[in-house]
Amino acid sequence: MSDPTDLTLAEARDSLAAGALSAAELTEAHIRAVERARPLNAFITETPDLALDQARAADARRAKGDGRALDGLPIAIKDLFCTEGVATTAASHILNGFVPPYESTVTANLLGAGAVTLGKANLDEFAMGSSNETSYYGPVENPWRRKSDNRALVPGGSSGGSAAAVAARAALAAIGTDTGGSIRQPAAFCGIVGLKPTYGRCSRWGIVAFASSLDQAGPMTRTVRDAALLLTHMAGHDPKDSTSAPMAAPDFEAEMAGSVRGLRIGIPKEYRVDGMDGEISALWEKGAAWLRAAGAEIVEIKLPHTDYALPAYYIIAPAEASANLARYDGVRYALREQGEDLAAMYANTRGSGFGAEVRRRILIGTYVLSAGYYDAYYLKAQRVRSLIARDFETAFETVDAILTPTAPSAAFAAGEKSDDPIAMYLNDVLTVPASLAGLPGISVPGGLSADGLPLGLQVLGKPFDEATVLRVAGALEEAAGFDARPAFVAGGGA
Amino acid sequence: MSLDKATVARIAALARLRIAETELDALTGDLSKIVDWVERLDEVDTENVAPMTSVAKMALPRRADAVTDGGIRDKVLANAPLTEDGYFVVPKVIE
Repeated sequence: MSDPTDLTLAEARDSLAAGALSAAELTEAHIRAVERARPLNAFITETPDLALDQARAADARRAKGDGRALDGLPIAIKDLFCTEGVATTAASHILNGFVPPYESTVTANLLGAGAVTLGKANLDEFAMGSSNETSYYGPVENPWRRKSDNRALVPGGSSGGSAAAVAARAALAAIGTDTGGSIRQPAAFCGIVGLKPTYGRCSRWGIVAFASSLDQAGPMTRTVRDAALLLTHMAGHDPKDSTSAPMAAPDFEAEMAGSVRGLRIGIPKEYRVDGMDGEISALWEKGAAWLRAAGAEIVEIKLPHTDYALPAYYIIAPAEASANLARYDGVRYALREQGEDLAAMYANTRGSGFGAEVRRRILIGTYVLSAGYYDAYYLKAQRVRSLIARDFETAFETVDAILTPTAPSAAFAAGEKSDDPIAMYLNDVLTVPASLAGLPGISVPGGLSADGLPLGLQVLGKPFDEATVLRVAGALEEAAGFDARPAFVAGGGA
Repeated sequence: MSLDKATVARIAALARLRIAETELDALTGDLSKIVDWVERLDEVDTENVAPMTSVAKMALPRRADAVTDGGIRDKVLANAPLTEDGYFVVPKVIE
């Protein structure tokens, strides 16, 4: 048989069920791949012993005939999910030594379904970044390289470690979080599938908070079916998160089945942003043609406030971050730097514990929430946010899903944009609007650039209609036939 | 520039963030650029538009006002940098 690290999540599940492979064998192959992937710096903490224990327990359950839905399937966890007894860093120095005494709801759901956890994947510090260069634990390298040069490329961010691990076959799948594009953009940069569910679909309980009205957990996988499978076992109502939607998670793998024939797919002309690569516009047109060929109707739509989504986001997200990150005070968690009094201890701890981008965002957030500025910035941004949400509501009166590119460029080189915060923020220009509106969105690989890098297409859907998003993404996946492999593959061999 | 160094220093004090004097110039430049850029929102007419208060269209759930958790003092304290006799320890606050 082929190398087990090359299996899709669904194929591995079926192989385990058929007895062609044991969970221990599958996990051992992935533990070796995680070790070989170390040059990518995709993991902050590896948990091979825990993974093997989980795999043996999965094999034992299966032997007794009570295998679970994800029994024995090794995945990576973005190090923003609290995991009981396993260090959780959020890629920040300020959480140095933090070991959660509880398990996040999403990871608890996955563990309950039998998943095996290989380790905690690297990310931008507190998920603030689009290139995985703000991690206290160092940048992650994209397993893909350009044909034209051999420079290391960024994997995107903030879920860059998760994306790199899945692309390099160091994990069958991973979970990430998306606040303004942090699942979809790295998925596009690494040539994998990344799904941000509807706000409220997955519980936020136990996820280190960045911007609470935007944060959402989601699957990162090599196929659309795998995303459906993983989401099914992440989602569901959780009373511990008051914004968790009171509905059970459907079986998305079953729900996504069916043709796109007759679906109306919107193309928003406002997404033709300045500076978009010509290759990306071309792929977008190709994507529309694929869906038309599969029987969907392509409709031009208007989302007039698109241009204002990014500035609104960079008020709202930092405002929420400044409030959420107030909890890191040197008293309750991990790092403390001494000071002559309490105020100095707070300031010293936070000044040395947070990195440059996090400090920038805390300061912006504090400014826009401060007396005299709240109405002009924060409330204004929330009003614009209402208009952006209304744009989508109006569009969804006539279409079933929306097709756009995921990011305005392919993966860029390390260091290329890290000196200019606004140039970095522009990476999220196509993903942020749906985040502000709480809508589900997926990135699916559509093809390679002339320079050999993966490019992603994004499908957006109505609230809680991930099934249609997955179905449309599945049609794109089938038409694209994306089977390119990155330059660096950690799995395989003995 | 929309922000000056004194304003940045004041925000940093509000945010309880120690910023070295040597970083203040660069930071003031960065933050000013960001604030100038987000001010593009002024172009949007938001007269009669309510600010978004809830992303998902659902009412906040209610629960019974009853104790459902607790008795986990050691877990709560487990990650604190300094504890004593079951308490967090902080620098002296009152003279």
